[in-house]
Parts: sequence; C-alpha cells; structure tokens
Amino acid sequence: MTTDTTVHKTRKRLSLGPILYYWPRDQLRSFYNMVAESAIDIVYLGETVCSKRRSLNTEGWLEMADMLTNAGKEVVLSSLSLLEAASELATLKRICANGRFRVEANDMAAVQMLAGKSGFIAGTTLNIYNTHTLEKLASLGAERWVMPVEQSREILHEFRQQMESSMEIEVFAWGRLPLAFSARCYTARNYKLPKDDCQFRCLDDPDGMLLRTREDDSFLVLNGIQTQSALTQNLVNELKDPDIDIFRISPQSLHTGKIIKVFHDCLTGQQDIDQAVAVLESLMPTGPCNGYWYGEAGMLAGCSTA
Amino acid sequence: MKLVCPAGNLPSLKAAVDNGADAVYIGFRDSTSARHFAGLNFTHIQIEKGLQYARDHQVKVFVAINTYPYPSDFTRWQRAVDVAAGLGVDALILADIGVMDYACERWPELNLHLSVQSSSTSHEAIRFYAEQFGIRRAVIPRVLSLKQVAKLIENSPVPIEVFGFGSLCVMVEGRCLLSSYVTGQGPNNFGACSPASFVRWQETDRGLETRLNEVLIDQVGKDENAGYPTVCKGRFEVMGKTGYAIEAPTSLNTLPILPELLRIGAAAIKIEGRQRSPAYVKQVTRIMREAIDACKADPDHFTPKQEWMTQLAALSEGMQTTLGAYERTWQ
Repeated sequence: MTTDTTVHKTRKRLSLGPILYYWPRDQLRSFYNMVAESAIDIVYLGETVCSKRRSLNTEGWLEMADMLTNAGKEVVLSSLSLLEAASELATLKRICANGRFRVEANDMAAVQMLAGKSGFIAGTTLNIYNTHTLEKLASLGAERWVMPVEQSREILHEFRQQMESSMEIEVFAWGRLPLAFSARCYTARNYKLPKDDCQFRCLDDPDGMLLRTREDDSFLVLNGIQTQSALTQNLVNELKDPDIDIFRISPQSLHTGKIIKVFHDCLTGQQDIDQAVAVLESLMPTGPCNGYWYGEAGMLAGCSTA
Repeated sequence: MKLVCPAGNLPSLKAAVDNGADAVYIGFRDSTSARHFAGLNFTHIQIEKGLQYARDHQVKVFVAINTYPYPSDFTRWQRAVDVAAGLGVDALILADIGVMDYACERWPELNLHLSVQSSSTSHEAIRFYAEQFGIRRAVIPRVLSLKQVAKLIENSPVPIEVFGFGSLCVMVEGRCLLSSYVTGQGPNNFGACSPASFVRWQETDRGLETRLNEVLIDQVGKDENAGYPTVCKGRFEVMGKTGYAIEAPTSLNTLPILPELLRIGAAAIKIEGRQRSPAYVKQVTRIMREAIDACKADPDHFTPKQEWMTQLAALSEGMQTTLGAYERTWQ
C-alpha cells in the first residue's frame, strides 16, 4: 500500500474548528485576534449550529476571514449543519459562491452547490463511513475530510489502506463532541421559552448548558439545537499517528490559546506529550472522554490517560 | 397519498397488507438496516414469501438498507442490494452514498428511495441525490414545520414521503450519536438506537430505574410507566431542575394535519415501527387507512375520529402523541 507516501507528503497541521456556541461580537473579535497571533495553521469560520445567531453576518465573517488570511492562516468557511428555512439556503448559497475561501460542507445541500465548481472540505456531518462514499465525494471536489467523531483509529486506518485519492484527513482532536442536532432548541426549552422567541439565551452559556444525570454525573451539554458531550475528547496522544494530517481543536470560552500552544509544542517536539495530557486535562470544562477513538462508547475514557 | 407501513417479520407484513397498506417496508436480519434488533427482520426466504404475499394483494415491498457500512463491511451492503434487487422488490431505501452509487450502477432500473437516515432536509440536498443517483423518492427527517415541508415539496425534484405516526426521533435522523456515545452502537454504525444488550431495568427503593450502559436515563415512581431508555427521552437535571430536558416519551401522530399533508402534495405517509408487534402494525395500518380514505373523500371537512386518536395514543410512547416539529410551538 501507499499509505506512508500519501501521509508524509504534508506536514501535520493544527486547525481551529468553528465556534459552536453563541458568543457576542466583542468576544468573537478578541478571540480571533488571539487566534491570529497563535500557532494555528487553519481556521474554520462561520455559524454551523443556529442561523438565528448573528453576532456576525456573512460580510462580518468574510472580514474576519481576510484578517486571519493576512495573519497567514488558511481560512475555511464552515456551513450550517441543519438547513430548514429558505433564508438558510440563501445564506448557504452566498457562502458557497464567495469565490475566495474554500467551504466546509456540513450538509449535502452545500455539496450540491459546490460540486464540480470548487474544491471543498467534507465536514463530519456528511456521514462518510466508507471509501466508496469518500471517493465519490472526491470526484465531486472534496479535497479534505473531517472524520465523523464516532469513527475510531482502526476505521481511519481501514480508510487509509483502501483510499485511492490523496485526500487530507482531519480529526476532531480537542473539544466537547457534537453528538446531535434537532429542530427543537433545548436552551429555549429549558428556559421555558418558545424557539421563535428564544431571547438568544444561549448567549448566557458560552460553553453550552450542562445536563446531569440524576446521579449527578455530568453527561451532556445543550447548545441551542445541538447536543454535545459534557466530556472533552483529547487526541494529543495521537499526534504521531501517520494516518492523520490535521488535528482540529474545537473552541471553548476559556484556555483555547493555551490548548493551541500545548498541541503545537507537542507537535514540534518542544513539550513532552505525557506532561501535556495532564496539563490539558486541567483545561477541560468537565473531564476527558476518548472512547470513540479506541472503538468504544464515546463517553468512556479510552486509554488516553493510561 | 400512499400509506407505507412497517414490518419486522412476516406476520406484521401480512397484517399491514391485510389492513390497507399501499406499501410495506422491511429489512434484512443484520446491521444493514436501521432496526437491527434480535429476532427482528427478514431472511432471504422470508422476503421471498413476504414479497409473494404482498404481490398477490397488489401491495409494494420496499427494502431498507439504510445504515452506513464501514470500509471493511462494504461488501455485505452490496450483497444486500444484490439480493433485494434480484428478488425484484419495488424499491430500496438507502442512506449511504457509496451504497447508492453501487446500486444505481449495478441495478440502473431499480427504484431508489432516499432514506430518512440521509438527513436530507432541503430540496438542494435531495437534488444532489436525484442528480447523482437518480433517486425517485425521498423520506424526510422529522424536523421541518408543516410550512417548510410544503416549500420543500414544491421545490423537490422527486416525490416526498413524510412520517405520519410512530416513535418520535427528536434529533435529525442520521446525525444522532447519542446512543453510540453511551454504548458505542447507534443508528448509523449499528442500525439500532439503545441496543437491548445495554439496557437494564432495576427495581430500587427509589423506584424503577432504567439504565443504558449503566447511565441512569430515568427513574419512575409506582404510578408511572417506564419508557424504553433512549437518551433523548430520559429525565435529567438542567439548571437545578429535573425533567425531560430533551423530550418526554411521546409518539408522532399526524391525523390532525392529514388534510394539509394531502393538500401540499405529500406522496406518501410512513408509519414508524418495524420493531413493534403485528398487533401494532394491524391497528395503526387500519386506522391510518380509514383516516386517509376519509380525508381524500372530503378533505375540507375531515376531522380525526376520537376513537382513532384514543387508540393511537394507547399505542404510543408514554401514552401520548404530538405533532412534533410540524407544529412550530413544539420546536
């Protein structure tokens, strides 16, 4: 197999995923100013969860994209994951036709708009579970694939062995795992507000709203229409995995700059990975879960800390 | 507006056919379909028998091969496509792009329906599958309001099938990892939500506890019914209050909006429940058949009979029904 040659063509890189929460404009600006100064290679920008969140409109995101490009970052525009309203399709169309930045397609509607026109990034919610699907999307212009979070390192290895295209592969290396999307807004529901009059209450929860079991275990996080894990996946241990090209860090309201630095220092050999695991665990809002990566239930610890 | 009914075994298929289904959908006995439960679904020979029975009564048979194969398993899905196509079933219900690509190349004359598990909620997404694989119908997720469904039908390149009754997925189908997060197995990678082997019911001093891979999903008092422990319908604590933070146990029931579904041009109405009993299939099929016929005969004056609503509620999760996302206030 040609696994090794395809992987080692490019240097391993760090990406910053789209902000999954609703942060006010000023917070976004200062966050991305920090990102511009950071060691991150690739930045994904845009609203992927709820179209009602408008700290920045499409123009605002494009300005942010310019700023980050000028700072030497590769910028990708991320598209909405669940499309329901005609207005959302109209926004998607504008993003896909922006003409300057590549787009991360998080729904097949975006693929339909991009196919054959421009190269794109296939997002985690496209449900690519086998090489037949991946090659089909490659033929339509997919140049990079962000693996669904429930897939393990062994599945990734199967992909690498079977793949013919030299597509880049990115994994969700840090963050609370996005697990589900719904028509219903759970933030509004738990504030006892109708979705159509949600009063943007998710602004109150910059890392989502914690959901505990009745045994007081931190279990899930409600983030508007999205449900996430309360626990944080951390693949810093896998920085040497030859199958991975890009490691995605999902933003959180605190410590993101430090997390980027730790990942970068480990990647460049300036920090010992075992030490980094302990440092990173102290930066998690709740605690670690790496089960998916090891082919287990996602919520389990896996063996990252073993 | 056609009635599409579930069958997890031959008696259910017969019950659906005998009680007025226009089509029955079934699956193979493995993880190639999204109701992968022990003892459920069809062997090759059972499909042949079911197909014959349905044919004799002019009822169509659709086979759901609507989970997502991993690279090393792909040939098993190809085989499922080949077997179903070889038997001459009326349509395959598919979700995976690779499987669809294979099916449309290998069996170009075969009807392909886009499964709800493909998470296609817009005409642009559906257009993708129509242009690439020639799908001839799409089943849409239970996340759109009635107005949005109408708009989608208006712009869709193919006829649209909507869910009419049954257990309610509150998350977009095909993009819900809650079961897999807790157990490692979910609808996409295993074909089942909350697989039975991870479910535990336990009487305790505090009441009956239901657990999924040891996570406490609910705890019910003596006067309450314990629902099947799906994560989305458990009781949890959020902001200091304990309750159904995501959704209460409930089923979808669209009888109150049947005239609207007819008016906006829904091509078919689907009943959920391949995992349910033949008695369930019989009763729901009969009621939906009566209701659709009454609605078609006089859509302007249609109101669901109280006895239908009562009987359907009795067959529902938590003994209650909802219009779900069709109704904006539910969202």
